[in-house]
Amino acid sequence: MGKTLAEKILSQKSGADVKAGDIAVVPVDLAFLQDTTGPLTVRQFQASGLKKVADSKKVALFLDHAAPSPRSELSNDHMLLRSFAAEQGCMLFDVGEGVCHQLVAEHLAGPGEIILGADSHSVTAGALGAFATGMGSTDVAIGMGLGKTWLRVPETIKVNLNGAFQRGVYAKDAILYLIAKIGADGATYKSLEFGGDAVTGMTMSERLTMANMAVEAGAKVGLFPSDEVTKGYLKARGRSTKYLPLAPDTDACYESAVNIEARKLEPMVSKPHSADNAVTARELKGTRIHQAFIGTCTNGRLEDLGVAASILTGKKRHKDVRLLVGPASRQVLLDAMEKGYVQALVQAGAVILPPGCAACLGVHQGILGNGEACLSTANRNFKGRMGNPESYIYLASPATAAASALAGEIVDPREVM
Amino acid sequence: MLRGKVFKFGDNISTDLIVPGRLAHLRSNLPELAKHVLEDADPTFASRVKPGDFVVGGSNFGLGSSREHAPLVIKMAGVSAVLAKSAARIFFRNAINQGLPVLICDTDKIANGDELEVDLGAGTIRDKTNGSLLIFGKIPPVMLRILDEGGLIPYVQKYGDIRV
Repeated sequence: MGKTLAEKILSQKSGADVKAGDIAVVPVDLAFLQDTTGPLTVRQFQASGLKKVADSKKVALFLDHAAPSPRSELSNDHMLLRSFAAEQGCMLFDVGEGVCHQLVAEHLAGPGEIILGADSHSVTAGALGAFATGMGSTDVAIGMGLGKTWLRVPETIKVNLNGAFQRGVYAKDAILYLIAKIGADGATYKSLEFGGDAVTGMTMSERLTMANMAVEAGAKVGLFPSDEVTKGYLKARGRSTKYLPLAPDTDACYESAVNIEARKLEPMVSKPHSADNAVTARELKGTRIHQAFIGTCTNGRLEDLGVAASILTGKKRHKDVRLLVGPASRQVLLDAMEKGYVQALVQAGAVILPPGCAACLGVHQGILGNGEACLSTANRNFKGRMGNPESYIYLASPATAAASALAGEIVDPREVM
Repeated sequence: MLRGKVFKFGDNISTDLIVPGRLAHLRSNLPELAKHVLEDADPTFASRVKPGDFVVGGSNFGLGSSREHAPLVIKMAGVSAVLAKSAARIFFRNAINQGLPVLICDTDKIANGDELEVDLGAGTIRDKTNGSLLIFGKIPPVMLRILDEGGLIPYVQKYGDIRV
């Protein structure tokens, strides 16, 4: 019997021939934590009695969720993480470097690796063919302390994405469509494995967007094959030695399959308060918004800012819409400046936020007022997510967010492209 | 035997409803954070819950963020177990790591305010208010051993390793 990507990676790493349902103990290639889960991770590590992390080169700390810190309590948390990183000799990505998941993709992750992050969107690195999953503080503390973890080998849902996207339709629309189709718990405990010719042709930026949201369907991992796109992405970042081709076996056993024809997809918008509550942007035409937020680990990459800039160049945001842009990393910001995107966005009325999580999780930088609505390119629209349970969050692609920022209401971006 | 009263919640209780991001600054001050447990789902919960009580949800309990503070503050409120039709993966694993049982059963048969008796060893939930007996799904052996030790930290303190 052939193997899915998840079975393949976990068999290789555990040294045993494992299949869905088995428990595998695997070495951890990277354990990471961020500033809102990290302090508990550090305290649990200290409580465990383990003195040193198993391998300091395989542990990274990111200050991104509250960056720069808006409160003294969070500044103290940052101090705790900086001193832990220094004392243990771990990697530290301080305020302004960017969102952990983007930095993991740019600098650390490789195909076939086991990556544990104390953040649910750690699944993002599945775009590079890494078995990357989100865990809590204690699991990550023990994972970095022992250098290994236990994992149940997940069943796999195969997602076949074929054909070409229409103009104005993006990977974000495909993942919102998929989540709406299978539900917010449609892949709980499972692996979502992406394949098909539309996936082969996808850039790494698009793959990262889709893998990032696998957890919004409950998935443990969102895995892409490692191919020429992966090779090119790693090479461009001076990390060619990380490359390893990886594909599922043709006779792999899947629990189920979802087939999506890319050409039939339209711009999608998830309505409050769940990502699986998605409909076409057309159906929401006329829905008033007060803020548009383009950024995050889901859609804060160079291509995303480029799409937004192409729509906003020479135009002005609607006078009643705040337009916030949060580059996913310092490199994204530098590249966007180089390409003139930042200039175009600022001239259109955008506020450029520091590279990091920015407005996504309600800690700072763009908290909504009572009754206000935000169209966000992030991954979550739970009640209260952006800091106020009396507000409303819609999720969409950067194109839909940019077009809606011009209109002052939700629109299908194809109307302005 | 666990005994207590039911606080019933609906489907899709996210970790943002249990412990929202706007309170991130309290995560290093757990007693203060715990005062806000489940605040955005039921603002009166924290003041009414008593030691031993049960949080009972519908499907997909604990979806969203990996913040372990969610099961942690539920446990700090004295809740003896979370019951749900299904639970999100990270929440489930975090709860076990904190020594908080998450029991999967048909919670449609349980009403708000019911008195329950849960026998973790036998795998049964007796609803003393309506007289019904429910069976909850088996917790995987690897997690049961962690739960038996009171969580992953005491487990690692005892064994110094992960055994499956």
